[in-house]
Amino acid sequence: MPTIATDGIAEDKIRHPTKKLTISEEVAIEMVAVHKWYGEFHVLKDINLTVNAGERIVICGPSGSGKSTLIRCINRLEEHQKGKIVVDGVELTSNLKNVEIIRSEVGIVFQQFNLFPHLTVLENCSLAPIWVRKMRKAEAEEIAMKYLERVRIPEQAAKYPGQLSGGQQQRVAIARSLCMNPRIMLFDEPTSALDPEMIKEVLDVMVELAESGMTMLCVTHEMGFATAVANRVIFMDFGEIIEQNEPHNFFNNPQSERTKLFLSQILHH
Amino acid sequence: MAVISENGANTRNLITRLWSNRETRSVIIQIVTLTVIFATLAFIFRNVVINLDARGKEFNFDFLFHPAAYDITFSPFIEYSSRSTHLRAAVVGILNTLLVAACGIVLATLLGFIMGILRLSSNWIVNRTVYCFLEFTRNVPVLLHILFVHGLIVIQLPVPKKAVNLADSFFLTNRGFFIPKPVWESGSGLVAVVLLISIAFVVLFKRWAKKAQDSTGRVYPVLGISTGVIVGATALAFLAADMPLSWNIPELRGFNFSGGIAIKPEFIALWLALSYYTSSFIAEIVRGGILAISHGQTEAAHALGLRPNRTLQLIIIPQALRVIVPPLASQYLNLTKNSSLAIAIGYMDVVATVGGITLMQTGKEMETMIIVLLTYLVFSLIISGFMNLYNKKMALVER
Repeated sequence: MPTIATDGIAEDKIRHPTKKLTISEEVAIEMVAVHKWYGEFHVLKDINLTVNAGERIVICGPSGSGKSTLIRCINRLEEHQKGKIVVDGVELTSNLKNVEIIRSEVGIVFQQFNLFPHLTVLENCSLAPIWVRKMRKAEAEEIAMKYLERVRIPEQAAKYPGQLSGGQQQRVAIARSLCMNPRIMLFDEPTSALDPEMIKEVLDVMVELAESGMTMLCVTHEMGFATAVANRVIFMDFGEIIEQNEPHNFFNNPQSERTKLFLSQILHH
Repeated sequence: MAVISENGANTRNLITRLWSNRETRSVIIQIVTLTVIFATLAFIFRNVVINLDARGKEFNFDFLFHPAAYDITFSPFIEYSSRSTHLRAAVVGILNTLLVAACGIVLATLLGFIMGILRLSSNWIVNRTVYCFLEFTRNVPVLLHILFVHGLIVIQLPVPKKAVNLADSFFLTNRGFFIPKPVWESGSGLVAVVLLISIAFVVLFKRWAKKAQDSTGRVYPVLGISTGVIVGATALAFLAADMPLSWNIPELRGFNFSGGIAIKPEFIALWLALSYYTSSFIAEIVRGGILAISHGQTEAAHALGLRPNRTLQLIIIPQALRVIVPPLASQYLNLTKNSSLAIAIGYMDVVATVGGITLMQTGKEMETMIIVLLTYLVFSLIISGFMNLYNKKMALVER
């Protein structure tokens, strides 16, 4: 693994993948000339992006650059107004059936966890398999326990989200998404709302997920994570993709002035 | 401790010490508070005894068994005439209060939820219209609303001879609304039995469907099937029993209607005014409750693939109800207590009967007022008791 030339934030605190990370030829997500406006504000400008199955992409950029909007368009939490988005061969249109298919195959983890506070951890995880996949309760709970073990909190299954720490809640949120057996996982600043000592436990889970071959799109400023698992880093500003490169080159040899400025700001506090 | 009596400085010192210690301080405060409460009660009690004595009155409830000698125009539940006792008059009053409070709570809840949801509409006209109505209603005293609706009915509606005729069955007049009265004939027992059986079936079916979903994963359309069974089975039984229902339709006889059910203008005015007044508060509570659930909850549910109706059922409503129910309970209490304004338009509720005419006739202020107070107290305690039970069951677990 290349080390970044800059002061290498948190390089040591990230667990590096032990397995070889592979990428298939199959296209998972294709975005062609996507535009989106919030009223007068042009948030996404001509986004072209192809993601292969098994790719792990980190998206970074200043706040308001459209990176969250970009990934939220992929499961239709935001609607794009121009262009084409195809996820796993299904095009996102106003056809509700397509939206449903895509949503059940794409998991998302939010900055604010968004766990359901009135349900236990186990119920949070088994809810969607029961109501969307029409699974037996016992089967859904078995799957939920499997993923809770994978994120290392099976002992918290009977508790309510309010009784857990931020890091534990975010791991439950990851397990909840995984219970739907998604083919693509989106992360929208998953560690930004966490205390520093909890970031590692969440990132470790994400590294393991990458090892399992999951297609991942991750909006994050955890550059240690980017160097450890990403095979591509995308830099966005003012709603455009300014630059994309594999992590080593991205950090050591940024091409555009804006990328250089951004990197110097986040790497030298 | 012996030091205290010897010199004043030490006494002051002791008081300061007792007062600055949190435990002894709270004991002192409790003793003082209890003393004040008991002293006040004793004063009030003594005052009552002296005053009753000075007027040569005795404290007893014997008057309840004497004839009331006044008429009550509205007694839909029990027989009452001017020869009935004061006790019976009191019961009529209490039942009338209960009737208008119960009907009011139902209508206010219905209107309140509808308006609360419309208020969240993204349609500008709907949203603004409801907003204006709510602001107007909430900011005018409820007594004016009652007088306004009563005035509308009594002054604006025609006399019975020129009644507003709806489909020859419903008549709106300034003496009240006249509606058809259902008359059950032989065979209606069968319909009632079938209705009860189908309700029992639905309760069992609901449990079964939950179990079936747990063990097979299949989701059954519980609401649709339940409605279908209740409506369908009852309708079939009704047809099978040769439609054992006829309507007693009100008819104009002389200067007024006879037959059917007569709903007095006082009741309608009080019911409608209390309902829409309270519903404007409930609407705001409902709106607040729904807005209190963060948009992230909806997004998370949608992202998991849950459809909008399931999201509402499983995620939004259970959480919104927690926020809505406590303030809703206090609106129910308000409505019940506001119904005492009935006296302004001559609706014979508990205040107008026991607390009004009976009081005037017998001079038993203490006794009658105790009855009135206890009536409202019991209603209120029952309502808040239920709401507390609900809250306890639904409370979110944190930490």
